[in-house]
Amino acid sequence: MLDEQALLQGLRDRRPEAFETLVRAYTPRLLAVARRMLGSDEDARDVVQDAFFNAFRAIDRFQGQAKLSTWLHRIVVNAALMKLRTRRRKPEESLEPLLPAFRENGHHADKFSAWDEAADDRAEREETRQVVRDAILTLPDTYREVLVLRDIEEMSTDETAHTLGITPNAVKIRLHRARLALRTLLDPHLRREPR
Amino acid sequence: MTESRLTCRECVEFLMEYLDDTLAGQVRVTFERHLSACPNCVRYLESYKTTTTICKKAFEVRDGESVPPVPEELIQAILAARLKAE
Repeated sequence: MLDEQALLQGLRDRRPEAFETLVRAYTPRLLAVARRMLGSDEDARDVVQDAFFNAFRAIDRFQGQAKLSTWLHRIVVNAALMKLRTRRRKPEESLEPLLPAFRENGHHADKFSAWDEAADDRAEREETRQVVRDAILTLPDTYREVLVLRDIEEMSTDETAHTLGITPNAVKIRLHRARLALRTLLDPHLRREPR
Repeated sequence: MTESRLTCRECVEFLMEYLDDTLAGQVRVTFERHLSACPNCVRYLESYKTTTTICKKAFEVRDGESVPPVPEELIQAILAARLKAE
């Protein structure tokens, strides 16, 4: 078990072995977080490297109110968001095909099946977790970043708006559309099969 | 939208606010009235709700979960970057 207080003191004292302990202890988990957000090993490695660089520079400002692991996690998430933004060179694919379709009278064009009642429990299985992560990765970046911050990182609407530099209303609209699209992507995997 | 009836399209528009419990009184009443008559929208709402909760579970890196080994060169690159950061 890592003694965070002792580790933090070592980091503040600029002890090389403290930095090495930190990096070896937390990199595997942080790399997994970055990989899940970015869908690319190479980008995830860049992000973790950038995140540690930023953390090393900011270590004296770390107040110790949050756990060191939580603080590093947040830095990685922010670095992953920066990466999502910088790699956004080509126009994003439209979300429209993934949104629900309606008839002229405003009724749903499709008939929906109920999802498996145990869909939530199925999320405990790695197979389902992978399906959900893959679906999230297929969302356009501008929608994925909002979904990640709100539904995964559980930031508030205002905090998300501040982080992304958009209005709270834009956060709400994008989040809703991201969830609608994700629901469509998950539907074939989670709906209850006719018996 | 009329005060007394909502279409499925309008229901979908209000879904998030309904689940956040921020839908204004009268709209909430008409929303729920629509749900009581439209099982298709009920199924849609339930699956939307599951979508919002399943993401977090899918992204959690659980304690004890095996994560792929970290390349040693990455560790060394991070440690080398520390010297630049100081």
